[in-house]
Parts: sequence; structure tokens; C-alpha cells
Amino acid sequence: MISNLAVLPIVIPLLAGILTIFFHKKLPIVRIFTQAVLAINLVVVSYILWYVNQNGTIVLESGDWAAPFGIVLVADMLSLSLVLTTNIVAFACALYAPKSLSIQKEEFYFYTFFLLLITGVSGAFITGDLFNLFVFFEVLLMASYGLIVLGGEKVQLRESIKYVLINLFSSMLFVTTVAFLYSVVGTVNMAQISQRVAEEGQTGILTGIGILLFFVFGTKAALFPLYYWLPKPYIVPNPVVSALFGALLTKVGIYSILRVFSLIFFHEQMVFDFFIWIAGFTLIFGAIGALSTNNIKMIIAYNIIPAIGFMLMGIAVFNENGLSGSIYYLIQDMIIKAALFLMVGAVAYLAGTSDLRKIRGLIHHYPFLGWLFFLASFVLAGIPPFSGFIGKLLLVQGAFEEGEIAIALIGLGVSLLILYSVMRIFIRGFWGEKDDAIIPDHKKARGFIVPIVFLLFFNVLLGVGAEWFYPGIESIGSYLLDPEIYIQSVLKE
Amino acid sequence: MEIIMSILAGVLFTTGVYNLLQKQLLRIVIGTALISHGAHLFILTMGELKRGAPPILDDAISDYTDPLPQALILTSIVISFGVTSLLLVLAYRASKENGTDNMDKLRGSEND
Repeated sequence: MISNLAVLPIVIPLLAGILTIFFHKKLPIVRIFTQAVLAINLVVVSYILWYVNQNGTIVLESGDWAAPFGIVLVADMLSLSLVLTTNIVAFACALYAPKSLSIQKEEFYFYTFFLLLITGVSGAFITGDLFNLFVFFEVLLMASYGLIVLGGEKVQLRESIKYVLINLFSSMLFVTTVAFLYSVVGTVNMAQISQRVAEEGQTGILTGIGILLFFVFGTKAALFPLYYWLPKPYIVPNPVVSALFGALLTKVGIYSILRVFSLIFFHEQMVFDFFIWIAGFTLIFGAIGALSTNNIKMIIAYNIIPAIGFMLMGIAVFNENGLSGSIYYLIQDMIIKAALFLMVGAVAYLAGTSDLRKIRGLIHHYPFLGWLFFLASFVLAGIPPFSGFIGKLLLVQGAFEEGEIAIALIGLGVSLLILYSVMRIFIRGFWGEKDDAIIPDHKKARGFIVPIVFLLFFNVLLGVGAEWFYPGIESIGSYLLDPEIYIQSVLKE
Repeated sequence: MEIIMSILAGVLFTTGVYNLLQKQLLRIVIGTALISHGAHLFILTMGELKRGAPPILDDAISDYTDPLPQALILTSIVISFGVTSLLLVLAYRASKENGTDNMDKLRGSEND
């Protein structure tokens, strides 16, 4: 009975998403309904997280099919803390959406796609079955295809074609890889795959399959040679959609890498050495990308890439500090990326352009927004005492413990470049002479600021209150290092 | 039989990738369809190809077919069917709005 809790974070947004189809034109109702559902979901997920923290992992065997045969949903601390973060981001986006979207876009099933996206993301975090992971990937991708073309502008259509194609190709590769894996180990249940790989030994073919999976997830997570598709499709839709994409989609990819390589393919050290290189290049090229452009949305979109590099760095060093750092960074980055995308969306709306060369002196009109942006830049770059600092501290500590000095130094250097790339927006966009052509719209600005403050509150909390959160994150880190616990809880042997 | 099917899947993948690398949008859509067919055949092949055996796991039955690849392929077919139809509509709209179906001309610059 209690195991049914694991499916609630998937079912609640799914049912709500279906319900919104029926009254999509009655906007006041849909808006309040979506916000209420997400608030309820937030409470439910918090309760499940508390329950799992007290009583251990919840495993739901769907349809009562015993573990290796049916589809299992595994709600452990890692997946639930990510689902909770997802719901925090979603709630903020639901508050922001009515302020930012036009009536037509809202009427055209925005809330349906939005809730289905949350369904897919939560499902991908919770599932314990590799093929089911593919299915939830498709659920969230389908919703994202709907969101990215919402509005149907010329540039949106052009970029969404590329977005759909790259994701379609990597999904087909995912299916093929699952087929390979099935033919070798004869199961798609992640716990059983892990068990069989440990028994048989990770032979060359299994490592090869692991690398194929890494390629698939790396494409979705935008790692070094595969990130070229990311920036443009992420800036063409409405800021609230960009915030959802930037906060959630790439993070599902890096979560899958974390899960698969900590649970299944961790026997081969060579793979992790390879990850270090990829992480280093991802960090450097992402930061260079962020410095290369004057489009404020593009600067933030490029900043997704080095963040993914940091998380991969933690996975690559593969010790307790590295993994805890990755998870801490993952959680705080979901929130800060959403906040930054919402913020540049607000800046672009209030200044009337997203070209940094044409924006100046915004702080004279909107001082509060300006200082919030300043705060967010510090969080992103990892200035103490904010949350980015704690994550980077753990990551660098983990890297030093493994003797990987070079990657730690690259990480620190890239942090400075990241700070510079966002400070550029602050110095050139907010400082400077007052632009008298702008007529301030304080009512609109207040609407934008509320969800941003909501998100930044969690960032500051994660940084200042690190003492409360660190023990939990650390226990997840050591939990990931011991796959036996996961296997025990799923297969119950 | 498995060897032949694997080769067939490989051929479908090759032609799919070839079409995917073309400039014309419609060819790219056909390429994705071919790749997904290849992937589906591949899943079916990986579960061993057998005829005349029931998909039942029971101690009394020694000769059975693995039902899992069939469940997987069915899910995958439905998904790729949906995505392909979406992609066709998207390609049609994109080429109409942009006035071209040549991927070289659909690049776009930063300032638009």
C-alpha cells in the first residue's frame, strides 16, 4: 500500500495535464488549477522525501509483477530530492507563465504540455527500468516539442526542427543500445543488470555498450562534442519555456549518466579517466561560448554547458566528495538556471531587446531586479556563502583526493570566466547612464520578480544552511558508491 | 536467421544515416523513419527469433518465446509513429514559413 507513494509524483501532474485539456480556454481557472496542483505536488513530494528519509527506499512493483519481470519504480533519496527540486522550479514557472506568455500561447495548451513535461521529468528520475527510462524520456521530449514550437514563429520552427531531429536520433540510438544490453545480460531492470554485470565481469562489449549509453545521455545532457545543438533552440521559445528546458532537460541526461555509471558500469577505471577529459573540455568550451556572444539569453544558455561539465567532473572522480558535490551542484544548478532564465527573460522584456549592446542603465528603473541579478551571478559563479560555492568546494575536494589536480584547476578557472560572462550583463546592461527611452512598467516587473525571489530563496538557503542539507547529500553520495543497497531494495534477496 | 536480420537492420541504419545527412528536409524525415525501423527490427532480433512457441514462462514448458522484446518493440513503434507524424507537420510548417526546405539555408544568424 505504502509503496504506491512512489507513483504519485508521476500521476498527479499527468492527470492534471489531461484535465487541463478540457478547459484550456478558461484561463483564470487553468492558471489557478495548475498552480494549486503543483503546490499540492510539492507538499506530496516533500512528504515522500521525509518518509523515505525515515524508512528507506520505496519500491513499487507496478501491476504487482515481481521485481525483475515487471516495471519497477524506485523512489530513493537521490531521485526524490531531484523530483522535489523539479517541483520547486515548476511552481515558480507556473507563477511566472501568466506574466510572460501571450493569451494565445496560454490558450494553446501551454499548461497541458507544461504538466506533461513535469510528468516525464519526474518519471525519468523515479523509474528503475532502463526501457521505462526511454519511455519517460519520450514523454518529456514530446512535451518539450510542443512547448518549443508554441507560437509557431519563423525562427522557432527553424530551430525546433534541429532540436527534434537530434533528440529523435539519440532516442533511436537509446533503443538500439537497450537492445544490445538486453541481448548480453537478458534484462532491462537496472538492479538486475547491475547484478549480472558484477557477476560476469564488465567485459569489453559491456564497456562498449556503456559508452554508447554515455553517448546517448551525453547528447541529451549537452556534453563536450555534442553540445552544439543546445544554445539556439533554448533561446527561441518564451523565457518560461527556456527556464524549464535549461533547468530540467539537460539535468535528466546527467542524472541518467550518474545513475547508470554509479550502478552498472563502474568496474572499468578507463571509462572514468575518459570522463575527466570530457568534463574538462565541456567546462572550457561552454565558458568560451558564454563569452562569445552579446545576446543575453544566449549567454545564459551557454552557461548550462560548464555546469554539466562540473557535474560530470564529480562523477568522473567517483569518490564520496565528488559524487556528493555533483548532487549538490545538480540540485542548486536546476534552481539557479531557472532563476537566471526567468531573469534575462524579464530583462529582455523590460528593455525591449536581448542584445546586450542596446541595453543600458536598467538599474535606475528597476533597482531591485538589478541587485537580484547581481546576487544570482554570485550564486552561479560559486562565491561563498551561496549554494554554488558548496557544490564546487566538494567537487574540487573530491578531485584533489583523487590526485586530479588539472581538472580541479580548470574548474576554478572556468568559475571565474562564468562570473565574468554574467557580470558583463550586469555591468553593461544594468550600470551605465539612464536610458530615458524606457518607460518603466513596475507592475509588470513585480510580477516577474516574485517567482525569481522564490527560486533565489532556495539558492541562498542551500548555501547558508548547508549544514542542514550536507549530511543528507553526503549520505546519498556514499549510497551511490555502494550499489548493493539499491539492488537489495529492488530485488529483495 | 538472426544474422540476416542483423544485416538488414544494419542496412536500414546505413541508408537512414545517409538520408539524414542530406540537405532536403523530406529526405531527413525519411532517414529518421528508416533508422527507427532498423532499431525496431534490431530489438526483435535481440530476443531470439523463434516460431511456434508460446510466450509463457512455466516450469512445465521448455520451449518458449521471450515476450519482452515484443512488448518493447510495440512501445517503441507507437512512440516513433507519433514522433514521425509530428516531424512531418513540423517540417511542412517550417519549410512554408521559412520559404525553403534546404537545411543549409535554415541555419539562421544570431541577430534574428
